[in-house]
Amino acid sequence: MISVNEQPLAWRENLSVSELLKICKYSFPLIIVKIDGEIVAKSEYEKFMVPDGANVSVIHLMSGG
Amino acid sequence: MENKYSIEQIKSAHKILKEFTYVPKPVNKGYSGETLYVNLSTNEIKIKQVTERMKDVFIGGRGFGLWYLWNAVTEKTRWNDPENEIIISPGPIGGITQYPGAGKSLVVSLSPITGSAMDSNVGGYFGPYMKFSGFDAIEIQGKAPKDVVVFIDGDNGRVTIEEAPLEDINSHIICEQLTELYAKDEADRLHVATVASGKAAEHTLIGHLNFSFYDKRRKGTRLKQAGRGGIGTVFRDKKIKGLVVRTTNIKGNSNTPADQALLNKTGIKLHKEIHRNDDKQCHMRTQGTAHLVEIMSDYDLLPVNNFKFGSHEKARQMASWVWEKKFTQGIPDGCWFGCTLACAKAVDGFQLKTGPYKGDKVIVDGPEYETVAGVGSCCGIFDPDAVVELNFYCDTYGVDTISFGTLTAFAMECFENKIITEKETGGLKLNFGNHEAALELLHQMARGEGFGKVAGMGVRRMKEYFVKNYNADPKFLQDIGMECKGLEYSQYVSKESLAQQGGYALTNKGPQHDEAWLIFMDMVNNHIPTFENKAEALHYFPLFRTWFGLNGLCKLPWNDVEPEDNPKTDEPAKVPEHVQNYVDLFNGVTGKKIDKKELIRMSERVYNFQRVFNLKMGFGTREHDIPPYRSVGPVTCEEYESRKDRYDKQLKEKAGISPEGLSTEEKVKKMREYREKQYQMLVDAVYKRRGWNEKGIPKLETLKDLSIDFEDVVKIVKSKM
Repeated sequence: MISVNEQPLAWRENLSVSELLKICKYSFPLIIVKIDGEIVAKSEYEKFMVPDGANVSVIHLMSGG
Repeated sequence: MENKYSIEQIKSAHKILKEFTYVPKPVNKGYSGETLYVNLSTNEIKIKQVTERMKDVFIGGRGFGLWYLWNAVTEKTRWNDPENEIIISPGPIGGITQYPGAGKSLVVSLSPITGSAMDSNVGGYFGPYMKFSGFDAIEIQGKAPKDVVVFIDGDNGRVTIEEAPLEDINSHIICEQLTELYAKDEADRLHVATVASGKAAEHTLIGHLNFSFYDKRRKGTRLKQAGRGGIGTVFRDKKIKGLVVRTTNIKGNSNTPADQALLNKTGIKLHKEIHRNDDKQCHMRTQGTAHLVEIMSDYDLLPVNNFKFGSHEKARQMASWVWEKKFTQGIPDGCWFGCTLACAKAVDGFQLKTGPYKGDKVIVDGPEYETVAGVGSCCGIFDPDAVVELNFYCDTYGVDTISFGTLTAFAMECFENKIITEKETGGLKLNFGNHEAALELLHQMARGEGFGKVAGMGVRRMKEYFVKNYNADPKFLQDIGMECKGLEYSQYVSKESLAQQGGYALTNKGPQHDEAWLIFMDMVNNHIPTFENKAEALHYFPLFRTWFGLNGLCKLPWNDVEPEDNPKTDEPAKVPEHVQNYVDLFNGVTGKKIDKKELIRMSERVYNFQRVFNLKMGFGTREHDIPPYRSVGPVTCEEYESRKDRYDKQLKEKAGISPEGLSTEEKVKKMREYREKQYQMLVDAVYKRRGWNEKGIPKLETLKDLSIDFEDVVKIVKSKM
């Protein structure tokens, strides 16, 4: 189990940041991903694997018209 | 459709009612120091001086507009009284060309739809051109007996009120006519900017203003909209056909800033940032704000069928990539010089299928996100060509696409619930998704006919009308009628974000997202979990965004593009580097020495003043800050069932109520009790943070602290306590 923005989510093996964003339907482009407090660079989303028990923050910056 | 009259005929029919000459004062540090007053009842034209107090307390833009309007009206003035004014002001930074998004004008008037002060921001060239013609604002009072054009000749220091019988009313025609009429030749059209409305503004309360700019690449006038609150209706009620300004004084330093080098440096930094990041971030240069459509649907925030739902599988038919193909690419689409964010996209050569211009090929400005969601998904319409056609006709007829979308969606829900039938709509089958009916409703508004006239009164008056005439259930209509303070909601579903429920209903002018957009911060990030956190956000962000309106700035370059290192900052949601840019811009133009705290204080003065203005007009207290329940939670069992798992979980975990064994109706009721109580607790926290009492009235110490404890302000506040 991991926590994503304070909500529990089932963990699975080989869960990349990209995959996690797809599962959560987080399609907004201006986001910051932090795993256990450390920022993950956008270029790392494909290969960075989310560990079990991780505390994930997907911070959406505001937009809107 | 060919123009009925030639430019020569139109010109020769003009009769000058009043001519006024002046010596244009050069702008110094963002201000010319003078404003233009025009009274259409008496044909009086005069110049007023801008005082240091006006600059210190009200800054410019929306602040100047509110101050002039405050002094023009009494608590008894109504929108269609001659005393009501339309004030247009760009603010001190407005008109610089070094930084993107710096050509906005703020329009202020008593709104026909809310009855109180309305502010609406708009691009286009009119505001900056007016300033470079010598005026920090134009203040128009009175009502002309016949249609007029007001012309400011900034090069020659001349203002005229001219009887104008032959011009068209609809904006895509009259803005072309006036541009041609007042330009010396084709090349000179770039120096002419106009303001107009349209036929539907005459028959509805949701009229908007179009501000033009001449697009030399397309060789046509483009239109940007001061959309909210029905100011176009005021404009046509005053029998104004158009405002025109012409000046050739358009240079990179026309504001005569205190520190040109600082503006250059700050601007170049953002231009480079846009160049590096926009294609990886929001794609504003290729999609404009329409980049948001599928994103909002993904997050359950896209209004569908009058805000019942937040997403729809057909939303992808109107997704960003669809608009990118429809928009002409490769043209720098800024609505003011120097804006490299260039989001003013357009559909070129669009062939109209309906209405008086059927068969014509036209330029359609937009659609922007709000329009796609408003006249599209909110009405259950997912056909992009129908959205473009609705967009075009709303613009040229002078109708706010946001209000039109929300009120049409409301009428559609009433129709589907058989509150109104074809008998009442005159045969219009107003089912969700029927774009032909929506277009016909719009054409009726322009013609002042049929159900279009009823719908054009807006959601609040439609509710009253349906209750009185069709025996409708007032409670149900209150729940589903998406208006607050009389203004129709803009296009975000706020049910799952308590902060955004406040972000909409705790606004001064009515539910418009330009005060606060807190949904991600609240609902997705869970960054503001407590009432105090939410109240702090509902203090800072509305004030930060108010500041743009004081200075003639667009909000989009603030956070629709961001520096690469923004994630590493302490408060990434505020985009600290860009906040500093704005501090530098203000100091660079005016020579003052503000910091980011003073920036917020500047807004706080005007914001609280506007709250007191609402009190003056009989509003501004707690009961006017309560949203319709559709904005807060599921009104119907259908809505509850569509998100059953989410709501059941919330009942159990948040409200402490087991959903087991409860009928959907009972769950809807329990959920409502919980959410409405939460909302009231939010209101308490926000009022406390803003320095207001439990009724929502600014405390005397708050007014004193902000130095806006003027005698008349205090008197009004005391009378309401």
